[in-house]
Amino acid sequence: MLELKAINAGYGNVQVLRNLSLTAKPGQVTCVMGRNGAGKTTMLRTIMGQVQAQAGSITLNNTPLHGLPAHEVPRHGIGYVPQGRRLFGELTVAQNIEIGLMTRHKTAKTRDYVLSLFPRLRERLAQRSSTLSGGEQQMLAIARALCLEPAVLLLDEPTEGLQPSMITLIRETLLTLKATGVATILVEQRVDAVLSMANQIAFVSNGTVAETLENTNLTPATPQFQTYVGI
Amino acid sequence: MDFGPFLLLALMEGTVMAAVLALTAVGLSLVFGVMRVVNVAHGEFFMLGAVIAWFVTHYMPGPPAVGFAAALVICPLLVGGVAALSDTLILKRLNYDPEATIVATIGLSYIFQQAALTFYGPDARPVEAPFDLRIQLPWFGYSGYKIAVVVAAIVILLAVWLLMTRTRAGLIMRATQLDRTTARAFGINVDRVYAAVFALGAGLAAVAAVLIVPIQQAHYLMGHDPLLLSFIVVIIGGLGSLRGTLLAALVIGLSDGVISVFFSPTLAKILATLLVAMVLVFRPQGLFGVKQ
Repeated sequence: MLELKAINAGYGNVQVLRNLSLTAKPGQVTCVMGRNGAGKTTMLRTIMGQVQAQAGSITLNNTPLHGLPAHEVPRHGIGYVPQGRRLFGELTVAQNIEIGLMTRHKTAKTRDYVLSLFPRLRERLAQRSSTLSGGEQQMLAIARALCLEPAVLLLDEPTEGLQPSMITLIRETLLTLKATGVATILVEQRVDAVLSMANQIAFVSNGTVAETLENTNLTPATPQFQTYVGI
Repeated sequence: MDFGPFLLLALMEGTVMAAVLALTAVGLSLVFGVMRVVNVAHGEFFMLGAVIAWFVTHYMPGPPAVGFAAALVICPLLVGGVAALSDTLILKRLNYDPEATIVATIGLSYIFQQAALTFYGPDARPVEAPFDLRIQLPWFGYSGYKIAVVVAAIVILLAVWLLMTRTRAGLIMRATQLDRTTARAFGINVDRVYAAVFALGAGLAAVAAVLIVPIQQAHYLMGHDPLLLSFIVVIIGGLGSLRGTLLAALVIGLSDGVISVFFSPTLAKILATLLVAMVLVFRPQGLFGVKQ
């Protein structure tokens, strides 16, 4: 279980996260919603050690992650799909996957499992990743993170700019991972996607989790979507 | 001597220069490509390689070949170690800020120069070639050692290419070059990669110096020309592009050889500098560089 307790973080003198607390449980999807600039991406970057927490704690199964160098965090089993994918564009699909496998010394077995989730990538292993379509790039970004066999998967707006069929594929993949016990934190703006996957929805406003709802009987008309996301 | 053999001699001299220049410039290009650091101290790493080669060959007992072989191993390791230490103590603390690291490497270059002047002295000193072989062509005799320098440079460059394209270490370096933040998100210790790349770049300059020092003497100010020519090569080839660096080294080396033999070395440098100016005006990213 990943726990964030009373996190303060920001860039230089600009504080972005204020007393933010969040929990991601195994086999559950925690969706994070909020307006632009609310601190969603900063929260994920703080978990990954890319932004150092000034106060508070981040633990994975009671192992502290806060204060670790950024390259140590993924080795504890945190997979990250950043906003905009951030693939190594000049490297091939196979090489991007290899980078993912190296993180936690995973083998061909993991590679085969990941490619079974995204068969289209298997056909494009030798292709330079920057030449893939947007949907394929997103598949690769998720596949690369899954090569860590993560205990926790962080995704930052994975459906952004994708066609509906690709969104469906990504949703099905995340539901498969959910069934295997992966704890997922999903930053997402699409209410339909959130409602179809989330166990909990955390609404972030002004750098803190303002409200958390269990995803039971929620609809797009639930007022919190309007209040915190403006949809 | 007729024009044909004279041209052949010029081309052979140019090839030797191109080989050594390619080794030196690839080091500079690697450092810039992966770390985005313009290493003004690169020429002094070359000089340190030559000076340490003199110490090793001078104090190593046995035939010259033994001392030279030892220098080929010891010099890049020592210079690489100095570079890694410089990276950890200075560049890392500057967070690899592009402007600050230029100033820092200028400072480093003076430190290395003055250290060499203090411990090695102001004299140019020769290093004996590992073997004395003269290859007799129909028109003139040519140093077998110079041909060995070209072969050695090709082998080392091939090894660098294999390292970058066929090994896990190369993949890690390329990933770091492309996106260091994302590289960290996949467990890559970027600080360690930077130290290794800085050491590798300096080590390549040191190897180039060891190879050339039986042809040119070791001197504490000998780093200026390799630095200038390496920058010329890297700018023409495209910053960070190994392929471009190699091609530009060949062009600059050969043209320098031919123009130096037929006209004057000064004219060769003037034309190379003019070519850089043209590239900067018409294709700032270099022949093989990627436009930012």
